Amino acid sequence: MALSIATRELDGVTILDLSGRITLGEGSVQLRDAIRELISKGMKNILIGLGEVNYIDSSGLGELVSAYTTAKNQQASLKLLNLTKKVKDLLQVTKLYTVFDVFDDEASAIASFK
Amino acid sequence: MRALKLRECCVGGTKHRVPRKEEGLTEPQTGRLRLQLTSTMESVAEVEATAERLTQEAGMDEDEAFKVVMAVREAAVNAVLHGNGYDPGKKIQASFENTGSALIITIADEGEGLDPDTLPDPLAPENILRGTGRGIFLIRSFLDEVHFRQLHPGTELTLIKHLTPDAQAST
Repeated sequence: MALSIATRELDGVTILDLSGRITLGEGSVQLRDAIRELISKGMKNILIGLGEVNYIDSSGLGELVSAYTTAKNQQASLKLLNLTKKVKDLLQVTKLYTVFDVFDDEASAIASFK
Repeated sequence: MRALKLRECCVGGTKHRVPRKEEGLTEPQTGRLRLQLTSTMESVAEVEATAERLTQEAGMDEDEAFKVVMAVREAAVNAVLHGNGYDPGKKIQASFENTGSALIITIADEGEGLDPDTLPDPLAPENILRGTGRGIFLIRSFLDEVHFRQLHPGTELTLIKHLTPDAQAST
């Protein structure tokens, strides 16, 4: 299943609810474009919901890292919400789990931006 | 799943009859399925689907199957993208075999070759924020053995996952 991205705003935080796969050719470019658009609009607080993402390949992991650094370079914050077990395992084996701020519930994630 | 493109089936390195499409990958159980594919993302999807079927037929649990399929997909992406550079004149070769005690998958490209010893460590602090360079690392992390062979031209990766007694019993 290709990646779908739904965007919403809550308490000054832009939440991207992702669903599907983030892989080379099936979502990496979509995610990159979505993040760049938010950054270009001056959004500073970005939360990526990954609860419906069941597959990320090395390209997708790279895209998440690039999104993180792109945001950071623009003085924005990018955090992750609701990792599935598979995605959490991937972030742990690649040591990216320590790079990102990761949350299991939305309220805590929203509060962390304040 | 799309119909598998069965072209050649070998047992013990000897040419065997080509199985019909409806035959499973493990019939005969130690049969090896070979695919020759173009350098496209559709080929990556076909390799991924074939690996998924191989793990299912081997009776692997979901977590282990996920790791094997992901590693195979990463190897196919490397072959199509980094090896052959999407060149329509270059093919990738994939083979899938269940020996009863292990799954053995090979992926070969016709590119300029890859020296695995020169790859940067993606876990090193200076590389952790790089957007690329995690594919081979994931392959090595998820499989029991990974072997590289230079083909002149090209690189062949042999990926081996040992089957647990539980999985072997269900085959």
